Parts: sequence; structure tokens; C-alpha cells
Amino acid sequence: MDAIRTEALTKHYPVGFWRPRAYVALDGLTLDVGQGEVFGFLGPNGAGKTTTLKLLMQLTFPTSGRAEILGRPVGDVSVKRRTGYLPENPYFYDYLSAEELLHYFASLFGYGAADRRRRVSDLLDEVGIGAERRLQLRKFSKGMLQRVGIAQAIINDPEVVFFDEPMSGLDPMGRREIRELILRLRDRGCTVFFSSHVLSDAEALCSRVAIVASGRLAATGELSEILAFKALGWEVVMGGLDDAVLESATASGHIDRATALGGRRYALHVPLSVAPDRLVAEFVSQGAELVSVNPVRETLEEFYMRKIGAVSRDRGLADVGKAPASSE
Amino acid sequence: MRLIGQIAVNVFKESVRDKVLYNLVAFAVLLIAVSYLLGQLTAGQDMKIIKDLGLAAIASFGRLIAVFIGIGLVWKEVERRSIYSLLSKPIRRHEFVLGKYAGLALTLLVNVLVMTVAFYAILAYLNTLYPESIQVTWPAPATDPGMLRAILLIFVELLLITAVALFFSTFSSPFLSAALTLGLWVIGHFNDDLRSFEAVVESPVAAYFARGLYYVLPNFGAFDIKTQVVYALPVPWLYVVTTMAYGCVYIAMLLTGAVAIFSRRDFK
Ligand SMILES: Nc1ncnc2c1ncn2[C@@H]1O[C@H](COP(=O)(O)OP(=O)(O)O)[C@@H](O)[C@H]1O
Ligand SMILES: [Mg+2]
Repeated sequence: MDAIRTEALTKHYPVGFWRPRAYVALDGLTLDVGQGEVFGFLGPNGAGKTTTLKLLMQLTFPTSGRAEILGRPVGDVSVKRRTGYLPENPYFYDYLSAEELLHYFASLFGYGAADRRRRVSDLLDEVGIGAERRLQLRKFSKGMLQRVGIAQAIINDPEVVFFDEPMSGLDPMGRREIRELILRLRDRGCTVFFSSHVLSDAEALCSRVAIVASGRLAATGELSEILAFKALGWEVVMGGLDDAVLESATASGHIDRATALGGRRYALHVPLSVAPDRLVAEFVSQGAELVSVNPVRETLEEFYMRKIGAVSRDRGLADVGKAPASSE
Repeated sequence: MRLIGQIAVNVFKESVRDKVLYNLVAFAVLLIAVSYLLGQLTAGQDMKIIKDLGLAAIASFGRLIAVFIGIGLVWKEVERRSIYSLLSKPIRRHEFVLGKYAGLALTLLVNVLVMTVAFYAILAYLNTLYPESIQVTWPAPATDPGMLRAILLIFVELLLITAVALFFSTFSSPFLSAALTLGLWVIGHFNDDLRSFEAVVESPVAAYFARGLYYVLPNFGAFDIKTQVVYALPVPWLYVVTTMAYGCVYIAMLLTGAVAIFSRRDFK
């Protein structure tokens, strides 16, 4: 049994007051997520990620298509007992403290008082909320609300969690903590389905990803398979580099582009055809020192653009992406 | 049931923290100030006015709370999207609506109880200020328990207003909900006039229409027995009980409608 399964899931929103037309936010999404997977649901803003998650939580109803979680139709209360959900930019009750909120939610699962106390305090520790837990939530920053949101999503030890942009609003430290938390959930056997518009979040975590753009599934599979990410070349940063050495390397085509960073430091763009280790060795022998080497890869945005371009060529331009569907 | 209770307790907690109960202080201060002034002016001749005022104040403060939190609660939860995480818990949408309603009813109950106690305390105090020679001219003693019937019906009216407000707020904006609730309440007060509309107009169509409205719209006028209790006129328990039953049936219909609409709703 799959953890999550959608079949041609489609959502139209009516837009316009006088002459309502259907806006296609999600167009025939078919997806399977196996149990125990960490699944990244990627796409640029407005791609339809939040819409998909809201359909899975039955906060909105599909125009057509269907969805199942743990083999049961979405919205089933017995499924809700076994799942958790972090909404995008979560918001709760102004006048409750973090602790009270979690107690309230825990009570909805029917846990007894002692069990509740233990769960709540463990969870708040786990998401890194310390003494602030007694503070009313209206005094919380966005990042702290995000942490509370994650805590409430896993209060019932869910088998499947849905995180909508779990890293948003967090600083780099916070992002790392959440990444670690997701891996811990995975180690406990929990299926994690999360949306993000940031590729690096997915790279560090996912077994598989799906990429959506303009409401359509653009690709699904392992990240390394999908994205032609080996591609574009290297960015080499060197210090103490001589102008003359740089010029000759550029002239011989070993460097596409050089950007001066100041103090004889340069960021060099090296084409894929040149082996960066050899080039670096040569520069070092000329008295320069290596600062960093990084692969230059297609960004998610570039990938979407390429994909959307392909989709539009397949279907004829008029039918692309955001074009409103004819009204039903 | 348990879930509805938990949601209700949360509503109550939030309204207490949201300083909704501060209106009680305003109520007490207002009532004390007015009755003191009236006492000075009339030298105790007119306990009726004070009773009338007190009951009117209980009803008005209650209506304010009923309309404002009745509309605000569900709307706020949807608008701020706190409902997203709540509905991902193992609760059904009807439990959400009924829980909210029960929480509001609880808030109103506490409000009305506290106002009633304050009201009787002030009356008892005023009673000590006047000699027996004046007291015998009153139609009823200062702390006449008969007034509790009026308060009981006020409470049911408040429950009905809350249900109306909650119903409208499941599908319209707060402003529109408030306007609709107020409109319904005003019309509901002139309900008895609609019944006898055929005496005033020629057109049978208009008369049927008015008749129809009479049966469909809530009859808010029926809950107002202030004048009777203040003048110590008899109000049979049968009347009180049937009016309460009428209110409850109406509330049940409104809540059914609210649940039906809310269960199909898309959250933005
Ligand atoms: N309630 C709504 N009414 C109309 N359009 C909407 C509504 N919600 C979302 N949309 C539109 O649907 C598209 C997908 O939105 P969303 O799922 O939020 O994207 P994502 O989460 O991937 O950024 C967007 O273009 C958005 O403007
Ligand atoms: Mg989104």
C-alpha cells in the first residue's frame, strides 16, 4: 500500500466576479509516494504545491480526480489520526501559549493528561522552543511559529506527515535543525511529504521528488535522474592569481568568464570540457591558492523554464500553464 | 461529543483572554451609576424603571457579545488559517461548528449569570435604602425572583442570535454577517405585525408573503417579557417553556444549515 496516492487530481478556482472563469491551479496530478519515503514536492511559487496539500487535507475539494492516504480516501477521520500537517505560514490562536496550543491539539487525539504533558514537553524540546513555550503565540516570530507548526504536526507520532514549505521563515541554523528532524522522522519509519521551492532542501533529504510547474507534473523520480544537474561547468575561486596567468587561461579557452572579487581573488567560470583539478593544479604551481570549487548546475528555475517550454511545444502554445480553462 | 467539548472549552478560554468579559465591569458600573441617579431623582418611587433598565442592559450587553463573537469566531479562524491545522486533527467539520457554538453558549451563560448576580445585588442594596412605607407602593419586591423568567428568555434569545450570526458567518464576510443578523433581529421584533398584515393591505399576494415571512423569520419579540415581569403581571410557565422550545427548534435548524454549508466549503 502506498502512503499517498493521487489520481488525475485537478483543482479549478473560479476567478473574476462578473464573469467567473475557471483558473487551473492543479491539472491532473497523478502521484504515488511509498511508505517510509522522504518525498520532495518541488516547484516555483504558484506551481500548485499548497493547493495539492490542501486537497490532501481536504481543506478544499477537488474539481475532479481523487486522492488516497494510507489506502483510504482523504478526509477520513481514521486517516487523520495517523497523519500530520504543517500548513504554509502557519498561524494559531493569539491568546494561547505554545504549550497550551499543543495540549489542546493533543487532547483532540484523546491522549490522557500525563501522556499529553510528556508529549508536549518532549516535542517543544525537539523543535527547539525553550522558555518561550509559556509565551502567548501572538508574541512569536515567524520562525518560532514555524517550529510550533512542526511540533503540532507530529504530536500524534504520525505515519505520514505533510509539510508545506517547512524551511520557510527559518534561519540557516533553523533549516539545518528541521532537516535533521525530518531525517529522524524518516528513521522512525514516518513518510515525509514536503513542498519546497528551494532545491537544496530537497537535495539534502529526499529519496524521490516530483516537480510541478503551472499546476502540471513536470517530472518525478530521483533528483539526480531528473535534473541534468551534472551539467553546466564549474565555479573555481582562486586567491593570489596573477593577471597574466588569468589572461592566458582565458585566451586558451580554459575559462569562460572571470569575476574579480578584490585583492587578486577571482571567481572563474570553467566550462565542463575542462578538468578543474588540472586547471587548479596549474594555477597553484604559478603561486595562486585554491579557495573553493563548486559545480555550476541548472537551477530549479532554469529547469522549470526548460520543462514548461517542452510542455508548451507538446501541447501547442495556447494551452500552456496558466491559461484559464474554458468554463465548465 | 468529547471533541465538541474540547473545542468549546478552547473558545471560552480564548474569549476570556480576549477580554470579552470586561463588558461585565462596564455593565455593573453603568447599572450602579444609573440606579444611583434614579434613586436620587425619584426618591425610590420608581423601582420599576431600575428593573426595566437592568433587564434591558443584560439583554443588550448579551446581544453585543452574541453578535460580535458569534460572527468573529469562525470567520477569524478561517481568515487567519488556524483552521488548517485544527481540521487536520481527527475532527469532522460539524464537530468544529458545534464546538464553536457550544463555546459561545458557555461564554454567554457565564456572562448572563454574572450580570444577573450583579443585578440582584444592586437591587438588594437599593432595597435597604427605602422605608417600608415606600416599599409597599411597589408592584413587586425589589428582588422579585419572577424576573428570572425574563432573564431565562433573554438567554435563549441570545443563543438564537448567536446561531443566526454563526450561520451567516459560515458563508459571508463579517460585515455582511453583522448586517444580516441585525436586519433579521429588527424584522424579528416586528414579527407580530407581519401576521396581521392582511388587515392593512389590499393585495392578497402581499398578505400571503407577509404571512410566509411571519412563519419563516425568527420571532424575536416573543422573548421579550420585560414589561410583564417589571409590572409583576403573570407570565405563565407554559409560555416560557413553549417559547424556549421554539427557540431551540430554530437554533437546531440554523445549526443544521451552518453545518451543511460549512462542510462543503473550500478554504482559501
Ligand atoms: N483560493 C484561490 N483562488 C484563486 N486562485 C488561487 C487560490 N489559491 C491559489 N490560487 C492560485 O493557484 C495557483 C497555485 O497556488 P499554490 O498552490 O498556492 O502555489 P504554490 O504553493 O506552489 O506556491 C497560484 O497561481 C495561485 O494564485
Ligand atoms: Mg505554497
